[in-house]
Amino acid sequence: MMFLQRIFAIIIKEIRQLGRDRLTFGMIIGIPLMQIILFGYAINTDVRHLNAGIVDLADTYASRKLAAAVQATQVVDFVVTANSVEGLIDRMRKGDIKVGMVVPADFDRRLADPSRAAAQLLIDGSDTSIANIAAQLRDMRFDVRSVNGAQSAGLFEVRNYYNPERRSVVQIVPALIGVILNLTMVLFTSVAVVRERERGNLEMLITTPIRNIELMIGKITPYVVIGLIQVSIILAVGILLFNIPVVGSMLDLYAASLVFIAATLSLGLAIYTWAKTQFQAMQLTFFTYLPSILLSGFMFPFDGMPPFAQWLGKLLPLTHFVEMIRGIVLRGATFSDLGPSTLALLIFFAVMMTVAVLRFRKRLD
Amino acid sequence: MSNDYAIVASGLTRRFGNNVAVNKVNLRIPRAKIYGFLGPNGSGKSTAIRMLCGLLTPSEGEVSVLGLSVPRDAEKLRHRIGYMTQKFSLYDDLSVLENLEFIARIFGLDRRRRKTRIGENLAKYRLAGFAGQRAGTLSGGQKQRLALAAVTLHGPELLLLDEPTSAVDPQSRRDFWDGLFELADQGTTILVSTHFMDEAERCHELAILDKGVLVAAGVPGDLSDNIDAIVLDIETQQPRRSRNTLEQAGFVRAVTQLGNRLHAMVDPGLDEPVGRLQGMLDDAGLVAQVQVTPASLEDVFVAATGFRNGAGG
Repeated sequence: MMFLQRIFAIIIKEIRQLGRDRLTFGMIIGIPLMQIILFGYAINTDVRHLNAGIVDLADTYASRKLAAAVQATQVVDFVVTANSVEGLIDRMRKGDIKVGMVVPADFDRRLADPSRAAAQLLIDGSDTSIANIAAQLRDMRFDVRSVNGAQSAGLFEVRNYYNPERRSVVQIVPALIGVILNLTMVLFTSVAVVRERERGNLEMLITTPIRNIELMIGKITPYVVIGLIQVSIILAVGILLFNIPVVGSMLDLYAASLVFIAATLSLGLAIYTWAKTQFQAMQLTFFTYLPSILLSGFMFPFDGMPPFAQWLGKLLPLTHFVEMIRGIVLRGATFSDLGPSTLALLIFFAVMMTVAVLRFRKRLD
Repeated sequence: MSNDYAIVASGLTRRFGNNVAVNKVNLRIPRAKIYGFLGPNGSGKSTAIRMLCGLLTPSEGEVSVLGLSVPRDAEKLRHRIGYMTQKFSLYDDLSVLENLEFIARIFGLDRRRRKTRIGENLAKYRLAGFAGQRAGTLSGGQKQRLALAAVTLHGPELLLLDEPTSAVDPQSRRDFWDGLFELADQGTTILVSTHFMDEAERCHELAILDKGVLVAAGVPGDLSDNIDAIVLDIETQQPRRSRNTLEQAGFVRAVTQLGNRLHAMVDPGLDEPVGRLQGMLDDAGLVAQVQVTPASLEDVFVAATGFRNGAGG
């Protein structure tokens, strides 16, 4: 009874303080909104609407068709029409265009010969992401040629093939739930507790009958709710703005999020037992945040990483959550399908809580 | 023994690296009295108090607080003591009432007791008018009263107050001490640290700490009576020159200037102290009037701390 009353006292206090801390409160809403919009729109592996130039030395029906087809992919916009290859290269050097397309005078003849390239692409290789387009457009040109007999059908095929934008957002947004929670949960808890120490409240608190575990539970409970609110914000934006299909059940999604939130909060508490100041808490948070982003499979495919990096990644809660959330949202996996990941997160939670409770001393020395 | 004394400590020592913050301190603090720790900053007052309430583990020594061994039984002690930190340690962003409710809940007071105790303390410490105000916006004196109201909510038998009035104006200090006397009358033992002489003088008993060592302890009046020096009062128009003259003499241990007067402490075994000092001043051509005076607590403090640090008079 007293146990619950003391936890309740901490929870009430935390909520009151949170409600009055406009900056933190703003971050609770602001960080997820900003990140999802940034990641959703800006961090886009599919490059589109690049400025391009064209030299059409053939000027036949087929060459004009090709130019139209390339334009229709939306990968490039032809903003420059040059008279010679030299003129095209000149404009590229000036930075006016990133891609140049050269249609040779014998285009129609080349088109009929599968062993020769029909046209030439000039790529500004100074940006590697633009260089990647060479590959995309080369494949496309091949399609145009192969379906030359039935042109219009072939062109539509190309468009479909080169509209992969949807896919990357669908990949990113669910995992983004984990990335955002990972940052905010760890940061909020560690900062919230360290602030208490910095302001001298802790010296008063530890001379009261409150127990370690009560203090810890009381501290993290409000943030569990905040975490679930953040999940809802990211989901809502993802669904409304980016048309993310949620194949699996919402209940599973929230259950998985809950387990992950518990794991990240316990990490925040563990960090707090090492950090003396809010600044140190922030440093330690980012120290764990960067490996999480890089090694979790959020940015790079997990299976493609070297074994040591995979091994490290498996220690991080985000890795397991990215696996779970992609499974639920994209593949329609159920919570029970994701037993190993759930277990990994629960073990992480138990270990970090134990570390935090054991390391937290109601002493000053 | 534990019935007569709220705190008994023997050989209490705390080291931080090579620095000895508290050095072999022995204490016997009687129940229902106000006991003072007097000492300059860095004398080990805070460290000693923190060890007594179990916040710091002593490097050496035995501590018994309210019959419980500290730090072993520190958790059992929590319900029976109240500790007020030097710095205001309640929550600035909670209101007066919310702070008190928080503390009352943490100490496990049930709903009815919470309501009555908070009501009582709001009235007693004249906080009722500020109940809804954020603690961070209170004045120094109001914060002090709030801290005292919070630390006494659960009715502790022992209060440990670490320099509670160092950031408070004189009137607020007087009010604060009235509150302490009332609590002591009701049976609360109070240990209070201070570097103010006038506060030390108000304590029932006193320990003077200097560089971690307990250099004198007892009832303030006894300490003054038993001072190991003769205190002379010198009235003069040339206090600075007089002081320089007196400090030449080996038997003069310390001279303190108080406006146009000087307090000089000389070796207790000295014959004819008045005549000798008067003679010195007359010889130097200074107009001065020397007479014996009872020792003030400040003299006791200077005698207890200054001699140890000085050239060894």
